[in-house]
Order: sequence, then C-alpha cells, then structure tokens
Amino acid sequence: MLAWTIYLSLGAAAGLMFLPRGRGSPRVLALMTALACLALTLIAFWQNPGGEMRTVVRLPWIPTLGIEYHLAADGVSLVLVVLTGLAAVAGILFSWNVEERANEFFALFLALIGGVYGVFLSFDLFLFFVFYELAIIPKYFLIVIWGSTRKEYGAMKLALYSFAGSALVLIGLLAAYVTAGAHTFDLASLAQGGFARPFQLWAFPLVFVGFAILAGLWPFHTWAPTGHVAAPTAASMLLAGVVMKLGAYGCLRVAMVLFPEGLSEWSFTLAGLSSWREVFATMAAVGIVYGALVALVQRDFKFVIGYSSVSHMGFVLLGMLSLHPLGMAGSVLQMFSHGILAGLLFAVVGRMIYDRAHTRDFGELQGFPLRRALPFATFSFVVAGFASMGMPGFSGFVAELQVLIGAWHAFPALALTAGVGIVIGVAYTLSAMHKAFFNESPRPPQPGAGLTLTAEPALTQLQPISLPEKIGAGLLMIVSLVVGLYPRILLDPILHSLHGPLFQALLKGGNP
Amino acid sequence: MSTASYLELLHWSLPEMALVLTALVVLGADLVGLREAAPRHRFLAGALISTLGAGVAMVLLLLQTGEANWMNGIFVSDSLIRITQVSLLVLGMFTFLISSQSDFTRHPPEYFCLLLLALTGLLFMVCTENFLVIFVSLELASMCLYVLAAFNKGDPRSTEAGLKYFLFGGLSTAFTLFGISLMYGISGHLDLRQISAALQAARPDPLMVPAMVMLLVGFGFKVAFVPFHLWAPETYQGAPAPSAAMIASGSKLASFFVLAKVLLMGLSAGGGLDFPNLNSGWVPVIALAAAASMILGNLAALAQTSVRRLLAFSAIAHGGYVLLGILAQNGLGVGAMLYYLLVYGLTIIGAFAVIARVERATGSDDFHAFAGLRHRSPLLSFCMAVFLLSLAGIPPLAGFFGKFYLFAAALNTGTGRLEWLWLVILALLTSAVSLYYYLRVLKQIYARPTGGQTPCGMEISLESLAIVALAGAVVLLGCAPEWLVDRLVQAAPFLKLH
Repeated sequence: MLAWTIYLSLGAAAGLMFLPRGRGSPRVLALMTALACLALTLIAFWQNPGGEMRTVVRLPWIPTLGIEYHLAADGVSLVLVVLTGLAAVAGILFSWNVEERANEFFALFLALIGGVYGVFLSFDLFLFFVFYELAIIPKYFLIVIWGSTRKEYGAMKLALYSFAGSALVLIGLLAAYVTAGAHTFDLASLAQGGFARPFQLWAFPLVFVGFAILAGLWPFHTWAPTGHVAAPTAASMLLAGVVMKLGAYGCLRVAMVLFPEGLSEWSFTLAGLSSWREVFATMAAVGIVYGALVALVQRDFKFVIGYSSVSHMGFVLLGMLSLHPLGMAGSVLQMFSHGILAGLLFAVVGRMIYDRAHTRDFGELQGFPLRRALPFATFSFVVAGFASMGMPGFSGFVAELQVLIGAWHAFPALALTAGVGIVIGVAYTLSAMHKAFFNESPRPPQPGAGLTLTAEPALTQLQPISLPEKIGAGLLMIVSLVVGLYPRILLDPILHSLHGPLFQALLKGGNP
Repeated sequence: MSTASYLELLHWSLPEMALVLTALVVLGADLVGLREAAPRHRFLAGALISTLGAGVAMVLLLLQTGEANWMNGIFVSDSLIRITQVSLLVLGMFTFLISSQSDFTRHPPEYFCLLLLALTGLLFMVCTENFLVIFVSLELASMCLYVLAAFNKGDPRSTEAGLKYFLFGGLSTAFTLFGISLMYGISGHLDLRQISAALQAARPDPLMVPAMVMLLVGFGFKVAFVPFHLWAPETYQGAPAPSAAMIASGSKLASFFVLAKVLLMGLSAGGGLDFPNLNSGWVPVIALAAAASMILGNLAALAQTSVRRLLAFSAIAHGGYVLLGILAQNGLGVGAMLYYLLVYGLTIIGAFAVIARVERATGSDDFHAFAGLRHRSPLLSFCMAVFLLSLAGIPPLAGFFGKFYLFAAALNTGTGRLEWLWLVILALLTSAVSLYYYLRVLKQIYARPTGGQTPCGMEISLESLAIVALAGAVVLLGCAPEWLVDRLVQAAPFLKLH
C-alpha cells in the first residue's frame, strides 16, 4: 500500500500538468494528494512499529539485466517516508498563496515528492537511482520559474551539483554491478556479495561523495545556501527538509551498506587520517563549525538558515560515520528532526516574512517591528530556533545528543569540535532572532517625525498570518515536540533496522 | 564459384525493393495527379506515400525469418540485421512524417524520392559483409544526403551545408576506398570474414597500418567523431530540418553499425598476434577518438546560441558515447549501441521537428526564438523538454536507459577488469556538463517571458502527431525497455565474432 504514495504523487503531478488552466483548484488537489500520502505513510508506520523489513512490491522489470521493481520499507525508510509526508503537506500549506502558473507549480512539487518517496522505498539500486535522478529536474524548474534572489544561477548550480553527484554514484553502482557478475541490482544480494577490499576502497569514497554532495558535506556544500535562498518557500522547505536527506540516506543505505570495508583502516596514515571514515568524519565536523560560523555573519535572513542547514547536516554525516548504534540512530533521527525544523525555519523566513516585508536583510527588517506586526511568526521562529539549537524537549536535542555520544566513542576530538559547533549554533540563532524580531532600539532618533511616519505604515501594510500558515507551522512544531518528548516512537524502529542483516558489517567497524 | 540464385536474392531483398518502388510511386503520383496542387498538399501526399511504402517494407522485413548468406556475404540477413533495418525504417518513417508540413521547396516529390533512396542505401549497407557492397550502398545513401542537405535552394546556409557535407563526405569516400583497396591487397578478399581469417593466418603486414588508418578516417567522417567532425555544425545548422534529422538519425545508426561490423568482424582484435599487435591497433585509436569527442562535443556545445548548432555538437559527444559500445568488443556492446542509436535517432528527429516548427513561426533557431515558447505552445514545449532531457540522460526517459545500458555493456567486457572504467567515468562526467546546455534551452522555453512573437500552436496535423508520438516513444522506451533489450540480447550472438 505504501507504493501508492509514489503513484498518487506522480499521478496527481501528471494530472495537474495537463489540467486546463482555470479549471479546479490545483492547490486543493495537491493538498488532498499530500494528505492521502501522509495518511498512507502513517498507517504503514502504525502497522509496523518494530521497523521490520517488509516488501511492498517486488516484480521483475528488466529481467535481462537483473533489474527488479522492488519497493520495501524498514524502520529507517519508514521514518523518512513519514518525514516526506509531513514536509509535503506543510510545503503545500505554505504555498497556498502561489497564483502564478499554479498548476505547474504544484505538478512539479508533487513530482519531486513522488521521486523522494521512491528513493526512500527502493531496494533495487537501479530503481533507487532512477528515482534519485527523477528529483533533479523538478527542483530546477521550481527554482528557476518561481524563485527569487539570483534564481537562474542558484537553480543551475543546484542541478549541476546534483547531476555531477549522481554521475559519481552511477560510476560506483555500474562498477559494483559488473564486478558482482552483472546479474542483479538487488541491494541485499549485492551487499552480501562481498566485494574485494581494494575495489571497496575506491568505490566507497566515489559513491559516498556522490551522495554527500546532496547532503551538503563540506566542501561540496556550496550549492545549498544559494539554492535554498533562490528557491521559493515550498521548494526550500523541501530542499532542506527532504532533498538533503536523499543524499544522507544514500550515503547510509547505499554507499556504506554496499562497501563496508571501504570504511576500514588504510595501511598508511595521511595527515593524521588513516581511513575514509576519518576523512569524511573530519569533513562533516568541519562542516558543522564552518556552516555555523558563516551563518553567524550573514545579513540575509535566508542565508542564515541555509548555512545552518549545512551545519546540521554535518551532524547527520558525523553520526552515521561513527558506526556506533547510538550515533547512527541519532543520525537518522537528526535527518527527521532537521527536516521538520529546517522546513519550519524556511517557512517563517520565506513565507511569513519575505512574502510580506519583501526583504530579508536584517538592516531593513529593523524598520518593521516584526515582533509586534507578526507575533505568530515571531513565536514560530522562537520555537523553531530554540528547537534547532538543541533545547531539551524538542527533537533536535535528542538527535544531536545521540550523535555526540556515538561520535565520542569513535572520534573524541571530532565530538568536541561538533560541541563547539552547537555553541556557535546558539550564537547565530539568538543573534538572528534578535536582529530580525527584537531589534527596535538601535535606530537613532532622527530629527523630525520621520521614524514614526515610515515605521507605522509598514506595520499596517503587513497582512496577518493566514490560517494555512498557522496550521502548517503548528503541525511542524507539534511533531518536533512529540518526537522530542517521546523519541522512542522513532528510535525503536530505527534501532531495530540498524541491527538487521544489512547493517551488520557496518556495526563491526567495516572490518570483515 | 557456384551460380548465384537471383531468385533467392530477390526474396531476401524484397523490403529494399519496396522502398525503391515507393520512390518511383512518389514521383509518378505527383507527375500524374498533383502537379497543379498546392505545395502543402504535395508535401502531405509525398509524406503519406513514403510512410506507407516504408510501412510495407517493414512488414515484409518482419515476415522474414531465419538466416541468409548470399554469395559469401554479399547479402546477409539475420535477426540482428533485421532489428537494425527495422530501426532504420522506423527512423525513416518519422523523418517522412515530420517533413509533411514543410515548405522549403517547390519539388516535394523529388525530396521524398531522395529520402527513400537514401533509406534504401542505408538498408543495403547494414545487410552485407562485403566491402564493395558496403561502399556502393554507402555512396548511394551519401549522394542522396548531400542533395537533401542542400535542398533548400533559397537559403545560402543550406547550400553551404550541402557543399560542406559533400566536400568532407567526398574526401572521406576517397579515404574509405583507398583503405578498402589496401585491405584487398593485403588479404586478397573483400568479404569481412575471409579478410579476418586471412589476416589471422598471415604474418603481420606493415601495410595494415595505412589500410586501417584510411578506413578509420573514412568512417570517422561519416559518424563525425573528433577529429573528423568539422562538417557537422554547419550541416546541422543549414540543412532543412528533416534532412538534418535523417543525417543525424538513420545515417548515423547505419554508419555506426557498419563501423562496428568492419572493426569487430574484419579487423577483430583477438587475432592472436603479439606485439606489435597490428590487428588490434584500432582499439586505442577508437578509445582516444571517443574521449576527444565527448570532451570537445560537450564543451563546444556550451558556447552555442543556436539550438541546431548545439544539437550538432551534442551529436558529436553522443557519437563519443556510442563508440563505447564498439570498444566492449562483444555482441552485447553492439546491442547496447543499437539501442542507444535508435533512441537517440527518435529523440533527435523529434527535436528537429520542434525546431522546424519554431523556425516556421519565427524564422530563426536562436535561443531567443525559443524564449517563452511555453506560453505559445505548451504541448510543443513539453515535447521539447522530453527530447532534451532524454538527450541529457534523465530518467525515466529512454536516453537515460540507453546511457546506462551502453556504459554497463562497456564495463562488462567479460574479463572482470573494468578496462574501460576511465572512459565511462569521462562519459558520465561530461554528460553532467551536457545537462547545463540542455537546461539553457529549457530555461528559455519555460522561464523566460515571451518576446511578443508570433504564435506557433499545435494544430492537429501529421507533424504534430509525429512529434507527440516521438515523445511518447521516448518515455515508453525508457520505462519499459525490456522487450527491445531482450530482442537485442537474443540477436547479439548473430554478430559472430572470433
């Protein structure tokens, strides 16, 4: 039944694409589709609380080449599929005001969602790759048509980075397929095949980097801030919320599972690093601190969130590379948590503020007393900000704590670095919060009454926050709170899956 | 030599006969009934008759079963060859259909007659293993294509296209003929299998080097791999759109097939010769040509502002990918190559049909002519998006599966050593570059405002139907490639390699 998430999304996308303009309401249709998919994912999650590996569909597709249409779900997939459902519903609620070419907008949006569902459910690598690349083109068009700041540049950069990353992935997959005898693309069979160690040592970094580009691994992250800033609100919510997770999920599910020995120690040491695992963990830790530092000095509100995504995704990668059950579970939990919180942050900045104030520059935002004009936006941002900086009670805290514990077992120095990143995270979140919402005093009193004359009309110009926005923001906040208060609801299925056969070789540190 | 049974030849070459007869019917019908009709109707009638003729030929072809080998390889037929011929006929039919709305000449029947004769040449080219017949049929096809490229007499660019194509093509013919004569001198045979056997039996001959170089130069011009690609941009830009589509699709498919046959059958690499290993000397040369084509084609396409020129350079890059299928040196590689070329042909015919339509409305194929096309014709824009994204290799379109199949075949040489990994890496990375220029065109179509230009809607016509059918075929072949792949895999052993 879970397969219908894909069919419904893609079907509705095709329907909207060919629907005559002016007939029906595309946003309602899109919302119904997204809600139906969310319901399907929740039912699947409910029916499988233990996170067992369950096959959804398994049919021969191109038998001559050993390619199957194989959809399945285990705990990790289920968590991410639920995240996709939530992000899709929230994204549509926050694009309720899209009027220009609305049919196409929602068609592309749903096509992207359909591709994402497909990636999380595929257990045949060819199918996985098809869905993975399917997501590139809708992203490009969403940004280049409905985007804002430097949209053509941001869109092209995003598309090319994604495509180059998937080219690296395809090289690794093709080589693995041919080396294993060219008769199957099934993930489990290939993972059991046991490739020769020298092969794994070059194929692992290739595929891992290919996926990590989309996960925002430093120094391949540069598409992320520009892409997020250029994208329309719903697209940046999806980009940060689920698309970056595609990359992280690929790293965990494909690169690491397929080539566990690629993580093992080299016979030599280079600049203090002695395995690909340490190399990538170091890059992830650098990304955490670097992203946070850059976020600290931005003037554009959306860039702050964009760089904070790079920082938070560093935790995801660091956690999975720790190869410790807690760290890896924290990594998946962080994917979920960041998906919810980054979506909320982008919604506040892109939809609630930018669509009304038409600026995201901290200097110009001073002119609007946002705290008084948009109290709901202020409230949402404060909640999301505190949650994402790791306040206990919200999902971010549990996730990052587990990642840190896992990382402490594997790389103590990097865990400390990540801890520094959290502190800087507090700094940039509070600083952005202050500059955008609570910064009313610094403007020196001008001679004459100019200040009140310019500020007061602005206050009245801003439309109040609409109902769909409130529902969307409320949904995301409640989910984050529930997961923060009762993380076992997600952790149990995740941990169960991580102890399954696929991940066995990994938990032994990649050593056979 | 036993006496030849011409009746048998007649039986096996019925499809080609049908095409030649259709060419006469097109001329005759126009002479008898349509001389006074409007050019539009004459084009339509020509396209219909030609498509019908190609359809008859296809039916005759599909009715054939079994294998034939007439007079030591002068005429051969087996299921791999028949798949290739059916592909050629499909590409030809779509070329006829997209010509149906053209207006570039006052002589439509001659135009279709030449298209049909070119198609006949291509069909004969793939069903022989004899160098002389290859040469003669190659010339039949080429002569027609030279004229077709220059058919728009009113446009100097078309004349330039035809002249340039003719001069380069003529030169390449001279090289090919010289190579064939040297090869005959060395081995004493014209038949590919006998040549191969003779070469393996004899001591390595230094004359092999010039012979092989001549042959590679000759075919290199035909399929336009670097450094023999210079004619392509101007020919693609100046020729009437359907002619360019024929040159880019059918002619390319047949030429690559023959190139693969000559290299793999006649100059088979596994000749058991040690260093200097003259027999396998073409492998590194082809590998380098493939690498150069991918790099130069993709990089040069970045700088183009004319969509036709962009497609010309991308065709050079695609030629580079296709060479990977030959480098695999087995039947599966050739099968993957055929799949890729068929899909590529369908895509490029569709793209040229869209270009033709935009050109008729705006008089230009520059980027700005495509600006805001989406507002003028959503369906046409959607089809163009399908074609371009398929060329870039985005799933679930056929271009993606073609690339995947081709690269998997190139890696799977059976030795388990992944010899061509470096070339596959290069191919995938350069195809990441190619996404940039395809998206540039799509950006014009979808994201730019329309410049108040003349509308180019999609009225119900044969051409529109062909465009939509092509887009549908590209999607379908990408989502359900199994039936074709299965056939190709089953037919692959017919390429009896040593």
